[in-house]
Amino acid sequence: MKKVLILFAHPRLEQSKINKALIEAAAQVSDIKIHDLYELYPDFNVDLESEKSLLQEHDVVVWHHPFYWYSCPPLLKQWIDIVLEYNWAYGPKGDALEGKVALNVLTAGGTRPVYCTDGKNRYSVVEFLRPFEQTARLCGMTYLPPFAIMGTHKVDKAAMAEYQNQYISLLNALKNEELDAGKCQGYEFINDIESINTKTQ
Amino acid sequence: MSGSFLFQAVIYLSAAVVCVPLAKRFGLSSVLGYLLAGILIGPYLLGFIGEEGEDILHFAEFGVVMMLFLIGLEIEPKNFWKMRKSILGMGGMQVALTMVLITAILTVFDVDWKAALAIGMAFALSSTAIVLQTLKEKGLMNTVYGGASFSVLLFQDIAVIPMLALMPLLASGEAPVSDHAHHSFLEDLPIGFQTLAVLLSVVVVVLAGRYVCVPLLRLIALTRLRELFSAGALLIVMAVAYLMEMVGLSPALGAFLGGVVLANSEFKHELESNLEPFKGLLLGLFFIAVGASINFNVIAQSPLTVTGGVLGVMILKTIVLFIVGKFFKIKTDQNLLFSMGLGQIGEFAFVLLSFANQLSIIDQNLLDLLLVLTAISMTLSPILGIANERLILPRVGTKEAEEKPMDTIEERNKVIIVGFGHFGSTAGRFLRANGVDATILDHDSNRVDLLRRMGFEVYYGDATREDLLESAGANEANILISAIDDPDASINMVKMIKKHFPHLELMVRAKSRVDAYQLVNLGVNHVYRESLDTSVKLASDVLHMMGRRKYTLHRQAQNFIKYDEASMRKLAEKSLYTDEYIAKVREEIAQQEALLKQDLKAPEIIEDDNLWDSDQMRRDLGSR
Repeated sequence: MKKVLILFAHPRLEQSKINKALIEAAAQVSDIKIHDLYELYPDFNVDLESEKSLLQEHDVVVWHHPFYWYSCPPLLKQWIDIVLEYNWAYGPKGDALEGKVALNVLTAGGTRPVYCTDGKNRYSVVEFLRPFEQTARLCGMTYLPPFAIMGTHKVDKAAMAEYQNQYISLLNALKNEELDAGKCQGYEFINDIESINTKTQ
Repeated sequence: MSGSFLFQAVIYLSAAVVCVPLAKRFGLSSVLGYLLAGILIGPYLLGFIGEEGEDILHFAEFGVVMMLFLIGLEIEPKNFWKMRKSILGMGGMQVALTMVLITAILTVFDVDWKAALAIGMAFALSSTAIVLQTLKEKGLMNTVYGGASFSVLLFQDIAVIPMLALMPLLASGEAPVSDHAHHSFLEDLPIGFQTLAVLLSVVVVVLAGRYVCVPLLRLIALTRLRELFSAGALLIVMAVAYLMEMVGLSPALGAFLGGVVLANSEFKHELESNLEPFKGLLLGLFFIAVGASINFNVIAQSPLTVTGGVLGVMILKTIVLFIVGKFFKIKTDQNLLFSMGLGQIGEFAFVLLSFANQLSIIDQNLLDLLLVLTAISMTLSPILGIANERLILPRVGTKEAEEKPMDTIEERNKVIIVGFGHFGSTAGRFLRANGVDATILDHDSNRVDLLRRMGFEVYYGDATREDLLESAGANEANILISAIDDPDASINMVKMIKKHFPHLELMVRAKSRVDAYQLVNLGVNHVYRESLDTSVKLASDVLHMMGRRKYTLHRQAQNFIKYDEASMRKLAEKSLYTDEYIAKVREEIAQQEALLKQDLKAPEIIEDDNLWDSDQMRRDLGSR
């Protein structure tokens, strides 16, 4: 069984229905560590040592965050800047994260169609996530496609429950090593895979 | 014309009050002013003082003692140790060369070699009083020239001891007269015991300084009587001087040693500011006495000998000093200042020559002449200094103020913290954790003691006094943190600093809003209400316990503080118009009311903002 760490970054969880629901769902899955960054470091003073040892205890790193301005909220970037140290996470002697798995779980207001060459955002979500992908690669981690919830402004109650189930499936699959790079091959979003996407399409 | 004590005091003081400002007015040093005052009131011009000038001279030598104590205070032992090479090297070379040359020349002029040697020794010394006073007045102690001068003078002061010891040996077998000025019980002891006693007294000074003076000063400090502290300071200096005189050492040197011992103590600045006025007055008196002692009869009788003697000695001394300076690689401009500055004959010549006279090494006529030479050279010295500065140095290319970095005298800190209780110490600890060492002043001697044992550089003293702040380096510092607990004391200090040290950036702790208003109205830009951040932090932790998110609370707390600061400044202006006589409690309540009203007017500060709020977007999308 793999140990999963959710690094959750939301500056105003009070206002986000979807993320509250997702975190609630994740909390139901056993043996999942939810690490609420904005609650832990309201002053952005990320504790390097405790974050490093936390990373070492886990096998899967989930960057869970709203998709703000085509990226993550600043505290998650702060976390990356501080914690992924040279010669620890990367560099000639940096092998602490080698072999671990990383992925983004994100919620975006825009719908999927606006994130393409012809849409108003001109690039796909996966393209916008290149910095995360490369960060994981540089640290020797396997980067999986994102779990993305698009068009969150239009999510209704039923859809919300569906997304909660999908998140639970994802976390269980990660925990039980049911997902690897090969299985994700060809999927843009990890929630396109049938085993995760329980919704009948 | 001696008259009463009061009459004499009036004469001396008025001479000083008239002559010194005049001298200053013409850009001359105060030393010259005093010397001229002495000549003016002396027996040969106005005749207000006569023979008693000699006694005055002896009494006023105590000014020199006090000055050396103060100089000692400025020198921490470790710095003193660093200077050992220049003290021994430069000082030794200067004294030896000058002594040998003067003795040789005098022997050529048919003076008995014993008298020649006695004169050589006396004339080798320069005037610590004049040189150091001038250096301090011009703030040149930290220059190369200042350091070199100080080293040489210190060596000379030390050299006085063996010189005094040598004199009786020159007295050609005649038993030393028993009533001479420097009789001490040591002389009856065999030479081995003498050395031992000398060493022992040095040890006594060091130990007493550490284990008697500091606890004593602490006790005195507890009484909070300022005049008692002055008394204690005077007592220390006088006791050291007395001890030294008893064992036959130079009181000035003993005082210097005592100063060095106390340089590391927390009372350093307090001692300085208490003794400074005494030292100034006594030194002034000393210079007046020197001026008054110039015997114009001798000058009238043999003007050529006097002129030749003065010029000869001063030129010789200057040349020797210049060679010493060259040898120790002092740059020409600094070397000129150095060698011309120390070219005079010093006050110790009075002592040594009188002693030699008592031992019948030199006769009365010769003594009169020599004393005149000494006094005139001391008077000429400041004048020569001015000539040097204005006429010679500009041609050499002067860099008088070239600072020598800190290896001679301790560096002054750029930050001063006043008050080292819970507020000041937290600030000080954080500064120190970031490599900024502040000069710390506190008026609680028990706390000072504790903190010093913990390795903080803390000084005892009442920082609402201008002189104490000055000796703590307020002129050189950039920032002063007032962490004083007592709001009134803090406000008094702020007023004083605004007046005397306007360059200081003030960071002031305020206890209440009303204090803060007062500080803001005094023009303080950085006012820190001690309870503001903490109470907001507490309230935001309460909200967190009630389920609010920390980051949101963090932002709101910061906004609240920002808003509260702004409203504080706004209300501070209004508080200007409140009646001064309203009781403080009533004013607090009135301010509280004004504040709450202000809060009502600006509710949006506390209310949620629209950041990261998707409701708005959701509504907009829904309405489409």
